Amino acid sequence: MTTKAASIRPSGARMKPRTRNTINGLLFASPWLLGLAAFWIYPTIASAYYSFTKFNGVQAPVWVGLANYIKLFTDDSNFWDAVYNTFYFAAVSIPLAIILAFALALMLNAKIRGQVVYRTIYFLPTLVPEVALALVWVYMFTPVSGIINAPFQYFGHRGPCWLTCEAWSRQTLVLLALWIIGQQVILYLAGLQDVPQDLYDAADVDGANPLHKFRHVTVPIVTPVIFFHLVTSVIGALQFFAIPYIMTGGTGFPANSTLFYSIYMYKQGFQYFQMGLASAMAWLLFVVTLIVTLVIFRTSRLWVFYSGGEQG
Amino acid sequence: MTAQPQTAQSSVQPRRTGIKRKQVKKAIRQLLVHLMLIPLALVFMLPFLWMLSTSLKPDTQFYSYPPVWIPNPLQWSNYPDAVTYISFFLYLRNTLTIAVLATIGSLISCSLVAYSLARIPWPGRNFLFIFTVATLMLPFQVTLIPLFVVYSRLGWVNSFLPLIVPHWFGSALYIFLLRQFFMTIPMELSEAARIDGAGELRIYWQVILPLAKAALATVAIFEFIARWRDYLGPLIYLSNQKLYTLSLGIYEYRSQYGAEWGLLMAASVLITLPIILLFFFLQKTFVQGIALTGIKG
Repeated sequence: MTTKAASIRPSGARMKPRTRNTINGLLFASPWLLGLAAFWIYPTIASAYYSFTKFNGVQAPVWVGLANYIKLFTDDSNFWDAVYNTFYFAAVSIPLAIILAFALALMLNAKIRGQVVYRTIYFLPTLVPEVALALVWVYMFTPVSGIINAPFQYFGHRGPCWLTCEAWSRQTLVLLALWIIGQQVILYLAGLQDVPQDLYDAADVDGANPLHKFRHVTVPIVTPVIFFHLVTSVIGALQFFAIPYIMTGGTGFPANSTLFYSIYMYKQGFQYFQMGLASAMAWLLFVVTLIVTLVIFRTSRLWVFYSGGEQG
Repeated sequence: MTAQPQTAQSSVQPRRTGIKRKQVKKAIRQLLVHLMLIPLALVFMLPFLWMLSTSLKPDTQFYSYPPVWIPNPLQWSNYPDAVTYISFFLYLRNTLTIAVLATIGSLISCSLVAYSLARIPWPGRNFLFIFTVATLMLPFQVTLIPLFVVYSRLGWVNSFLPLIVPHWFGSALYIFLLRQFFMTIPMELSEAARIDGAGELRIYWQVILPLAKAALATVAIFEFIARWRDYLGPLIYLSNQKLYTLSLGIYEYRSQYGAEWGLLMAASVLITLPIILLFFFLQKTFVQGIALTGIKG
């Protein structure tokens, strides 16, 4: 079809359509081709190189081989604290977020009155800028006198110490993260609206009870959304930064329990100017992210159901 | 969920009483759902409501017990005080400058690239598309330090340039989103325009973009809000206080021990409100945009 169009075209179109398309394609893509090179490919390679050097960002990097990696693995307890906190956060908050978002979407999908109002309300915390959200949380979760502890106070109890003690701080951050799942709720809702009605009708004919229908119709259709949520939230959790950083100023208080991987990397790079070490941390994170996503992708064929193609 | 009992009842219960019982059952079920949704809705509203309430409190009531929800008297002066306590309007102007320029850049660059990927058949485009999606997996930390080094050599640190310029060269998520949208526009429209002698740039500008207004609006809103809320970027590149954005400036209410909670919450309301209004008026665009990023998982 393009050949025809080209032959009819008046002057100026002497080129073969294939050549012209290639030139046009490259021209239109050129901002991103430059952007990829400048803001993605070059920095990724440079960061790999820096990770093998001692580098303060100003003077020329000095090659030190694996020293940064060895130091992180053998001689840096902060690093391991940060790794533990980050994994704890990911492992606990992601399953809870999936369950909560899915459950909220299910309830909203029951054609109830005020759906739009509910949806807006669940989305509200997602709209508040992270800085404001983190600070209002600090204020709300102030031990003893904060609003969250008011019910405890009513019963003459001091209530949990939330963000100020190690026994509670990790769990509190997980709890806070559950507040910002508005986007995921919308995704699940969109997924639920894709469930074809005739599947439910067929299940009715087979005499399925609501639980069966949920297990064998609703859940399979929504698995692609769960999959998407899982992948994006793993990536997101491993990069968790702004909220704990704003709350604590990056100190990791209490007892390093809010020191997350990204915070520690930021401190190494931009406060102690150990940019080689920070680059090594970045690359380790990259490799872990790749492995985890790859595993999720690999296992996805076992549990993700795509209604389009039938190959499992 | 409401449709399935109806289809079931049509064959089984033709009698009136049966229908009535079904309706009662349905009403009870709806009531139960509301009973679960309402407490949750209150929990989800709590941070914003508490922010709003505190923004109108005198400082004697910040920690009073029982908690004060509707302050008496309402301390409206917190708002004018909040915008003078820090250089609020300067930070607002900085934030807007960055957000507007980055959004314009994203719209232009991402739509051009998406056009190339969706509407021009050229040999490398599938590879480029896969590569583009793959960059979404790359943690921002990996590029952070080399980019900082480059910007500081260019003398861009302590300017808005590192926060604006990259957005003029495309971002993977928006390219993906626009490409998916452009693919849904029938190819015949482009063919017809080509026969009329239109070049690609004209087709892009006069045929595709007008049809893609909804998708472009989604990109514009997402990018504007992302820049409005951005914390890490300004934290790294802006240390000169005159260049602060609102998300950095708001920290100044937290002086030494404790904070000016009334002023801080007033300012928080002020920076949250524009986004809530945007969401409120453009809810459809939001919802479609979010759904669009999630398709094909």
